[in-house]
Amino acid sequence: MAVPILKQGDILIASIQSALSDRELVELRDSFSEQIGRLRSRGVVVDVTALDVLDSFATRTLRGIAHTARLRGATAVVVGIQPDVAFAMVQLGLSLEGVETALDLEEGMALLNRTDTADDHRAR
Amino acid sequence: MTIVPGELQVPIEGEADIVLARQKGRELAAEIGFSSTEQTIVALAISEIARNIVSYAERGEITFAKLDDGARRGLMVVARDQGPGIADIDLAMRDGYSTARSLGIGLPGAKRVMDEFEIESERDRGTTITMKKWLP
Repeated sequence: MAVPILKQGDILIASIQSALSDRELVELRDSFSEQIGRLRSRGVVVDVTALDVLDSFATRTLRGIAHTARLRGATAVVVGIQPDVAFAMVQLGLSLEGVETALDLEEGMALLNRTDTADDHRAR
Repeated sequence: MTIVPGELQVPIEGEADIVLARQKGRELAAEIGFSSTEQTIVALAISEIARNIVSYAERGEITFAKLDDGARRGLMVVARDQGPGIADIDLAMRDGYSTARSLGIGLPGAKRVMDEFEIESERDRGTTITMKKWLP
């Protein structure tokens, strides 16, 4: 099952609803990269609230999404990592270094809008 | 140590089976009485050893068993494959080492979070990883 990507203004949102296979995660990364260009998006949000495990592959792919988005001129935010999932990641030694995170979708959107505002200030 | 009868086996034949294996492992951990946090840690460790099978051996199986030695209860997870084997186990268990396209953190990470962790591997014969987690 592919993850649907919603567009809200210049932000793309993917809400992962069930455990994803490696292939689906890679597909998500690739479709983000394509849509950022086609829809001229400035931010992407990946909502992982529904995921009960983030393993080394998922972590690496989320980093890939964030770095690809950055290279395409957008900012990616991972939102909704559950407390147990975060704790297990720390225990195992997995990190999302270099990736923006936020508590939930609302915080993630707020973070992207703040980034936009900061960019506007710099532009002036 | 006693293995409680009723082993559960999950064949690993592709990356989709990784998800299945960790779901089964989590269910069993919950039945044994592990907390939700411990279930997540166990599921993550299972995900990493299942991924190891897919990355290096292509196929294998994961067997789950409940443990009860009279004083304590736990979960045993055995990952078995008939793949190429691990040439240098010490190297494979080093953080950051990987011959596949991964972070090289999976196996050392799994070892860190489980109570017992053993690898047996023979060149061209395959690899067996046995890990255990005891109820605190």
